[in-house]
Amino acid sequence: MSLRRPAKNQPENFEFNSSSLEAANQIISKYPKGKQQSAVMALLYIAQKQNNNWIPLAAMKYIGKFLDMPYIKVYEVATFYTMYNLAPVGKYFVQVCTTTPCMIRGAYKLVEACKEKISESESELSKDKSCSWMEVECLGACVNAPMMQINDDYYEDLDKEKTLKILDKILNGETPKPGSYRGRINNEPENNRKTLMDLKNA
Amino acid sequence: MLKDQDRIFQNLYNDLGSDVASSQKRGDWINTKDLTSKGRDWIINEIKDSQLRGRGGAGFPTGLKWSFAPKEVVSRPHYLVINGDESEPGTCKDRDIIRFEPHKLIEGCLIASYAVQAHVCYIYIRGEYFVDGQKLQAAIDEAYEKNLIGKNAAGTGWDLDIYIHYGAGAYICGEETALLESIEGKKGQPRLKPPFPALIGLYGCPTIINNVETIAVVPTILRRGGKWFASLGREKNTGTKIFCISGNVNNPCNVEEEMNIPLKELIEVHAGGVIGGWDNLQAVIPGGSSMPLIPKEKCETLTMDFDSLMAEKSGLGTAGIVVINKDQDIIKCMARIARFYKHESCGQCTPCREGSGWMWRMLERMAKGEASRDEIDMLGDVTNQIAGHTICAFGEGSSWPVQGLLRHFSKEIKKRNKFDPIIKEQKDIPYLVDQHLLDKNA
Repeated sequence: MSLRRPAKNQPENFEFNSSSLEAANQIISKYPKGKQQSAVMALLYIAQKQNNNWIPLAAMKYIGKFLDMPYIKVYEVATFYTMYNLAPVGKYFVQVCTTTPCMIRGAYKLVEACKEKISESESELSKDKSCSWMEVECLGACVNAPMMQINDDYYEDLDKEKTLKILDKILNGETPKPGSYRGRINNEPENNRKTLMDLKNA
Repeated sequence: MLKDQDRIFQNLYNDLGSDVASSQKRGDWINTKDLTSKGRDWIINEIKDSQLRGRGGAGFPTGLKWSFAPKEVVSRPHYLVINGDESEPGTCKDRDIIRFEPHKLIEGCLIASYAVQAHVCYIYIRGEYFVDGQKLQAAIDEAYEKNLIGKNAAGTGWDLDIYIHYGAGAYICGEETALLESIEGKKGQPRLKPPFPALIGLYGCPTIINNVETIAVVPTILRRGGKWFASLGREKNTGTKIFCISGNVNNPCNVEEEMNIPLKELIEVHAGGVIGGWDNLQAVIPGGSSMPLIPKEKCETLTMDFDSLMAEKSGLGTAGIVVINKDQDIIKCMARIARFYKHESCGQCTPCREGSGWMWRMLERMAKGEASRDEIDMLGDVTNQIAGHTICAFGEGSSWPVQGLLRHFSKEIKKRNKFDPIIKEQKDIPYLVDQHLLDKNA
């Protein structure tokens, strides 16, 4: 299990804005009547998006009331799942996968790059407070290892140099192009494709 | 090698586009109505004839699973849930289906929903695949627009709604009952079985849960016949499978191949060989991180299917092949996997919650050569106390890779860790210190 603690400095209040409210109501309609608790995970995402990529305790209380469920149940969910940030993270939130398939292809070089460019230790904001990074467990792009995720996008087939370039870009406030950084197409074997050749050449 | 026309996922590398029109060119949605009009029993029997086994790891026969759904819908509605919480290290096949072959999945959902009499289908996708999930949502929206799902879906007379539910970074939610808990808006902690989800599942209603790949191959099986599918591979291990080959190979890739294909062919032909040549191979994890590794000697002749890997005391799992060459420290690799399991344990059962951390800490020390000689047996003992003593299969999943390491590489561990624990001078060795406080500095 991972240890997760809410941030020390918490805002007093939280309320959905109108677009969040609309999205929340739409999500609740996906689930059967009386089972609105199912929407709690999606609502936490919405709160996280609205609140600069982290969830304050006030938001959990608000969602609890919104879904007519006890606050502690929302708290349980928010602390159980690791994608809910309980403390502020950067506007660019870099997650480097370091599980074995990525590790053996050099994921720790990416971690070095993050340490050089962003901050010495993980979950610590960069000097200009725009970025933070952390090591995460398998992100499910093992054949594109090593890789990292910045906000919603995957950056694949990296090495240290390419990572440094990507990090330079985000530190300048640009959003680099997601996908493979060796120029390969999706998950095909690079320069070695033996299957479905008719379709490739069509 | 499998013939191209026998490959189910023609668009695995996105050469063709994933919208409805281009999917129809590949044969999706062309005669869905004819398939369902043959009736539920025909569908389930055809799947049984194809001997399709679940592609999510456990390899349970799909036709049999479907036949567990109650024959009549009484007071409680039925649900179909698709498991796309692909988080097993080494596995990334569902992601490609979700983003490039979404209509195979959606059509499969319709047919499976019809077969198990569900009007609502939830597709559970891991939260990290948000962008890919958006692509699937776009495909679902297009299917609604073309009336392929919704009221009277694709002219079959069956009403079906499909919703995506995003996870939020919990590996354990790939376990079917934890996944149901997660959809219900709770912590993803597995339930005791029985009762099985087929009778009491989501919201206490009968629920059938299948992996993305399992459902996505269903329409093709029905179109081409269960016999065609059963003719590929070998008895009880039939059909095709997407293999993900990662790690120290020259061309890591996803490739759809026939079951029972030799491992060496997969690595040498499709993945361009091991980095440093075949002789540089150290070991292979054949089915995602929770399957015990296999040393090089056995890789020469190994064939990839459920039963032949079981005979080697490993398993096909999700068919995520991680190749580890001799440049890597095998103990370190396994220690990293143990850390993954320590991180992902849901904390419900004590043996797993505490044991996964123990295994990780011991392996980290073994990698550094700081463990004592007798700890190797102690580690084996810990794994035996976890496996089989937990609510879900995570206990086995976390202890099998360690058992595999002990089985095949205990010489290596012994060579590195040889001091005697009775020596009193070396007090700085953190033998019984609670090391999870050192988590980040390890």
